[in-house]
Amino acid sequence: MVTRVYRPSHGTVVVDGQPVQTIRAHNVIRHGLARTFQNVALFRSMTVLENVLVGDHVATRSGWLQASVPLPGAVAAESASRKRALEMIDFVGLRMHADRPVAALPFGVQKRVELARALVSRPRLLLLDEPAGGISHEEVDAMASLLRRVHIELGVTMLLVEHHMAFVMGISDRVVVLDFGKKIAEGTPAQVQKNPAVIEAYLGAA
Amino acid sequence: MQEFLQLVVSGIATGAIFASLALALVLIYNAMGLVNFAQGEMAMFAAFIAYTLINHGMSFWIAFPVTMVLAFGGGILIQRIVIKPVERAPVLTLVIITLGLATLVNGFAGFIWGYVPRYFGSPFSSDSIDLGGVFLNERDLGVIGVSGLVLLAVYLLLQHTTVGLTLRAAAHHPEASRLLGVHVSWMLALGWGLASAVGAVSGMMVAPILLLEPNMMQTIIIYAFAAAVLGGIESPLGAVVGGLVVGVVINLAGAYIPNAGDLQLAFGLGIIILVLILKPNGLFGRAATRRV
Repeated sequence: MVTRVYRPSHGTVVVDGQPVQTIRAHNVIRHGLARTFQNVALFRSMTVLENVLVGDHVATRSGWLQASVPLPGAVAAESASRKRALEMIDFVGLRMHADRPVAALPFGVQKRVELARALVSRPRLLLLDEPAGGISHEEVDAMASLLRRVHIELGVTMLLVEHHMAFVMGISDRVVVLDFGKKIAEGTPAQVQKNPAVIEAYLGAA
Repeated sequence: MQEFLQLVVSGIATGAIFASLALALVLIYNAMGLVNFAQGEMAMFAAFIAYTLINHGMSFWIAFPVTMVLAFGGGILIQRIVIKPVERAPVLTLVIITLGLATLVNGFAGFIWGYVPRYFGSPFSSDSIDLGGVFLNERDLGVIGVSGLVLLAVYLLLQHTTVGLTLRAAAHHPEASRLLGVHVSWMLALGWGLASAVGAVSGMMVAPILLLEPNMMQTIIIYAFAAAVLGGIESPLGAVVGGLVVGVVINLAGAYIPNAGDLQLAFGLGIIILVLILKPNGLFGRAATRRV
C-alpha cells in the first residue's frame, strides 16, 4: 500500500507528511520510496548491471528523446549513471557478477541485486519484504550486516516484514508484532521479547 | 555452386524483409504478451502512404524516413486509442481486437486506394554485380543493406540506450518497473510505435517485389510468424535470425524441390508447426520458468 501497488480499504498511509494515495505509482520512487520483493522481481534476462541501471534511470532524469539519441550530454549522464550503478553493485559485494544475467545467479545473490537496484535511486525509506526469506543461514547473517551498513553508511530508513526472529531482533530499532493482522506489541526488540502476547504467539512459552 | 550462392543471397534479401516484420511482431509480443495480428496490414498501409508520397513527387529516400515517422506516430496512436482501454482484458479479447484491427486497416486501404495492384518502383537498379561468377542482384543487396541498417538501429536503441533499457524493463516486469519510476504505459506505446515503424520498412521493401495492393502482406505475415516462432517469440535477435533462415530455406526449397512453388506457404506453416513441436521456445527463447 505504501508503494501504491494496493489500495487500502480504509485509512491513509502518510510518508513525510504526504498521504501516498495522492502519488502516482511511477512517481513513488521520486518521493524517496523504494522496495524489494519477497520472491524478487528482477528483470531476469538482463544482467545485474542493467537491472541496477533501470533503478537509476529516474536519477538520470533526461527526457526520452535525449535518452535515445546519443547526444554528448546524454552520454555523460549515461556514464555517470553507470558509475553509480557499479558503486552500488560494489556496495552489495557483487562486482564480479555485474555482467552476468540475473537468471543464472542463486536466489540469495538475486536478493542482493534487488537491494542494489532499490538503493541506487537513493531512497530515504526502503521497504523490504522478507529480506531473509528463502536464503541460507550464512546468507541471512550476511544480509543482516549488509542492511546494517545500508542504515549506517547510506542513511536509509528501512521498514521490513520478516518472521526470522534472530534476524529481526538483531537489526531492528523498533519492532511491531502482528498476530493475524492485529497489532499485539510494539517497542524495542528487548521490550517486545518480554511481551507475554508475543511469547504466546511467536517465541513459544517455556 | 554459383546458382546456390545466388539463391542464398536472394534468400537473405527476402529473409531481411521477413526479419523486419518478425521483429515488429516480437516487439509487440514483449509489450503485451501477444502477437499483433494487424502487423502485416499496418505495414501494407505504410507502404501505401510511401506510395502516395512518392506519387506526389517525393523521392523514395525522403518518403522512406517520412513514412517511418508517420508509422511510428500511427503505432503510438493505435496503442493509446485501441489497445490501452483493453490492456487488462483476457488474451482472447486482445486476439479478436488485433484481428479486427487487421480487417479494419485492410478495408480502409481498399476504400482509399482500391484493390487493383499498383506498380511500386524499386529504389534500386536491377543490374547485377558479377562477383567471381556469382551474379548478385543490386535489388537484393539494396534490400539487405536497408533492412540491415534499420535492424542495427533498433538493436542499438534497445541494448545501448536508457530508453531501450526502460522499454525492455517495462515489457519484462511492468509492476517492478513502475515502482522504479518507469512510465510503463508510455513505454508500451513506444514499443508499438517502434514496431509499427520497423514493420513499415518491410512493407516498403516488399511492395516493389510483389506489387502494391491491400492484401499484399497476407503471405508475408505467415513467414514473419514462422520467423518469430523459429527465433523464439520473445527474442528480437531471434526474429532477425529466424527471418533470414526462413527466407533462405523457402528460396532454396522453391528452386530445388520440383513444383515446390505452390508449396512455399506450406513450408512457412510447416516451420511454425515443427518448431512448436520440437523446440517450443525457439532458437533464442528462454524456457519459461517460475518460482513457486
